[in-house]
Amino acid sequence: MSGNLAGKTAKTGGGMRLKGLIRKEFLQVLRDPSSIAIAFLMPLLLLLLFGYGVSLDAENVPVALVAEQPNADTSSFVGAFRQSRYFSPVVMPGMREAVEALDSRRIDAIVHMRQDFSRRMRSADGAPVQVIVNGMDANNARLVQGYVEGVWATWLRGEALAAGRQLDIPVQVDERVWFNSELKSRNFIVPGLIAIIMTLIGALLTAMIMAREWERGTMEALMVTPVTIREVIVGKLVPYYILGMGGMTLSVAMAVGLFGVPLKGSIGVLFLTSSLFLLAALGMGLLISVIARNQFVAGQAAIIATFLPAFILSGFLFDISSMPAPVQVITHAVAARYFIEILQTLFLAGNVWPVIVPNAAALLLMAAFFLGVARKKSRKRLD
Amino acid sequence: MSPAKIQSMPAAGEIALEADAVTKKFVAGKRVVHALREVSMQVRKGLVTGLIGPDGAGKTTLMRTAAGLLAPDNGKISVLGIDATRNSIEVQSTIGYMPQRFGLYEDLSVAENLDLYADLRGVPPHDRPDRYRELMSMTGLGPFTARLAGRLSGGMKQKLGLACTLVSPPRFLILDEPTVGVDPVSRRELWSIVYRLVREEGMSVLLSTAYLDEAERCDEVVVLHDGKVLGAGTPKSFSGPLEGRTWRVRVSSMKNRILQERLVGRPGVIDAVVQGEAVRLVMEDAEEEKATRLLSGMEGASITPVAPRFEDSFISLLRQKRPETPGSPPDAKKTAAGPEAMSGEMVIEVQDLQRRFGDFYAVKGVTFGVRKGEVFGLLGANGAGKSTTFRMLCGLLPPSGGSLSVAGVDLRRAAASARARIGYMSQKFSLYGNLSVRQNIEFFSSAYGLSGAGRKERIGWALEEFELQPLASATSADLPLGFKQRLAMACSLMHEPDIIFLDEPTSGVDPLARREFWRRIGSQAEEGVTVLVTTHFMEEAEYCDRIAIMAAGEILSIGSPSEIKSLARTPELPEPTLEDAFISLITGRSGEKAA
Repeated sequence: MSGNLAGKTAKTGGGMRLKGLIRKEFLQVLRDPSSIAIAFLMPLLLLLLFGYGVSLDAENVPVALVAEQPNADTSSFVGAFRQSRYFSPVVMPGMREAVEALDSRRIDAIVHMRQDFSRRMRSADGAPVQVIVNGMDANNARLVQGYVEGVWATWLRGEALAAGRQLDIPVQVDERVWFNSELKSRNFIVPGLIAIIMTLIGALLTAMIMAREWERGTMEALMVTPVTIREVIVGKLVPYYILGMGGMTLSVAMAVGLFGVPLKGSIGVLFLTSSLFLLAALGMGLLISVIARNQFVAGQAAIIATFLPAFILSGFLFDISSMPAPVQVITHAVAARYFIEILQTLFLAGNVWPVIVPNAAALLLMAAFFLGVARKKSRKRLD
Repeated sequence: MSPAKIQSMPAAGEIALEADAVTKKFVAGKRVVHALREVSMQVRKGLVTGLIGPDGAGKTTLMRTAAGLLAPDNGKISVLGIDATRNSIEVQSTIGYMPQRFGLYEDLSVAENLDLYADLRGVPPHDRPDRYRELMSMTGLGPFTARLAGRLSGGMKQKLGLACTLVSPPRFLILDEPTVGVDPVSRRELWSIVYRLVREEGMSVLLSTAYLDEAERCDEVVVLHDGKVLGAGTPKSFSGPLEGRTWRVRVSSMKNRILQERLVGRPGVIDAVVQGEAVRLVMEDAEEEKATRLLSGMEGASITPVAPRFEDSFISLLRQKRPETPGSPPDAKKTAAGPEAMSGEMVIEVQDLQRRFGDFYAVKGVTFGVRKGEVFGLLGANGAGKSTTFRMLCGLLPPSGGSLSVAGVDLRRAAASARARIGYMSQKFSLYGNLSVRQNIEFFSSAYGLSGAGRKERIGWALEEFELQPLASATSADLPLGFKQRLAMACSLMHEPDIIFLDEPTSGVDPLARREFWRRIGSQAEEGVTVLVTTHFMEEAEYCDRIAIMAAGEILSIGSPSEIKSLARTPELPEPTLEDAFISLITGRSGEKAA
């Protein structure tokens, strides 16, 4: 008799219980400064830091120009460097001074025009220019090298046109940058940051909040009420889903409004794919808290298992295709990787379905996997 | 003989909880903890059943199993006829359960906590105002509904925790150590609430406690020890067999502590403890002659029969499993000489001591003095300011105001030189869990600056005096609580301090280990060491020479246990307990304030 009655209340009271859990969660977030810090302050800080502070572009690179036999050609070439916004050139009388300047890091590169510069530039067998780059910062070195080549090619073409004849250049590079035509790194870093921020809220905050309930003994008190474990999980998912989407909206607004990053794709797709990613992050957070019932361990685990991979292995800062092959394989297990690809495409290129659909499918799979395992692993038991 | 057999079989319909050979073990790394070993017990409907036992006896595991939070490895447990393991949700919708630490959300207000549990228990919104009003008037929390739960006192948290489990009136209520560390007034109020629920609403209650004196307040008692049921029945059925075997003994020519040492371990003696101005003696059988024979040759001896209490029977139950080792009582020659400790010099003097944390006074204006060789107790609930006072006395925490000198040294000026003369044993016994017993002793001896032959000698002394030799190479984390406590005390005594501070040294330790511990404290005092001890066990305060009762950062009264008890003596209450005295002091004070 009583059993039946109890069973019925357990089934019918679900809405009320869920509402109670969700309201409790929001009240706690509002009163807990550390949740607010993770949910709002950290995103703001990250956006400002990365939006203003981090730039992967090389601009005003100090470069030494050395002409062994200055003449009209070399000074025209020097002029081309002066016009480029990527360089701030210094003309130096000889290689000795230039190398000294490179050693003392006053300049990043030397462009050396040999004696036969004028003759060789008019013949077919190649470049009379030697470029020496400081390779300490490999990324920067490659950029500078590329820019110097660009300046050289542009200048040479101009010279040829002025002389009214075709130059014998074996391969002529006609470069056009699509999607981020200004090549601003901010344009792909800021969208990528959205994935980082959502990882922070979805995985780190959720794992720590669940662990706190275990630590303070409130989970035990919850568990002896007729709530089902599904309600406990949904009661955590809903508030942190809302918080995560709030963080996303804040980030998108700042990206577009403050940093002028274009948003070419549709907001609907952005919203949908963000939800998929957030669900995967929430699943990871829940799974961590099932295993680690202590705030310190949960926090560490969440940082190592979710936050750091999202930073390093997702293509957010470091290009995946230039990673060693085994590491590239590992990146496939990082949910942020798929989301960052979607984000960069949505912001800079638009709704490109061949990119969005497979990545979204991967996110869906990961969300289903993590939520499923977390659900299966959490039981309404203390042992 | 054993009360375990007294359990009567109630009719099947009357049982609220039934455990049948429930076994549960936990594996932590290499260690296997047998929390419950084939526990069979019953809780009858409409009664308050107490689950009594020290920490680690299995009380919480049993309660969690009954609430469907743990699945037993073996056996079956059912609540109100429902299998608690298989149909846990059904059980959970009919019972109320309050975990230790009350399970409150500290960053939610009183009203928000109630709302949450009302939602979780499916209380219809239109029923709530009436129910809340009822609960608030019952618990006296009415004026505090907007206050955050984290800002409530221990006693108020306990009552809010109870109110939350009662939002939807349960038919069976499980309370896990609801009274531990809570002040005696709140404890008494909780008991009266529990009895009102049982008598007026027909609720059945299972309540666990580590306080043996609370057993007598239960209708029925189940004693759990080391995962096994030692006995079950009414409190009377436990103390009944001891009728005629309990005595109060006084010898005018001898200090109580010495008299106790003379009696402990003698043939026929089950238990001998200091109780205020006399020694309580429990004998194996009811022959008066045997008891008087023990006192032959002692000048001015008097013996009077007293009523047995629950603790006596619990000790005699435990003694059957673990006979008393006569031990190494304090040096017979020394104690016979009986240094007149009480007349000694003052070694601790505290004047108007204060400690403030922000705008909160943890200790406000405390004054007392302790003489050489005295055992001085600070008695009070959690949050009364005992530990804060202690930390200041040890030079671990600078006071915000007042003066204090320890061993003649002003602690505000020369904490370090005073510290060399004091030993400190903190709550939870700060030992290095992954070091062996010997390594811990070795470490603490070098930490206190011992070296060479002196160090070697002290290490040998510690292992022998505290009977730790057989365990010297055991990892300290794996020791039973009583041994950890012994080891911690040995470590705090390595440098032969003049004064030792013991901060809740017996919390959670079983009564036999506690007795042993207090005998060691006594023997230290007899050798001239001054002992300061905090406790929230009322009966332990009786072992002290003098006690100070603390509440809310103030000392309410100082005196010998019998002096303090006499404060509460009235015609209606000719034999007040320390708890009675404590309560009358607190209520007297609040009356004063109101006036």
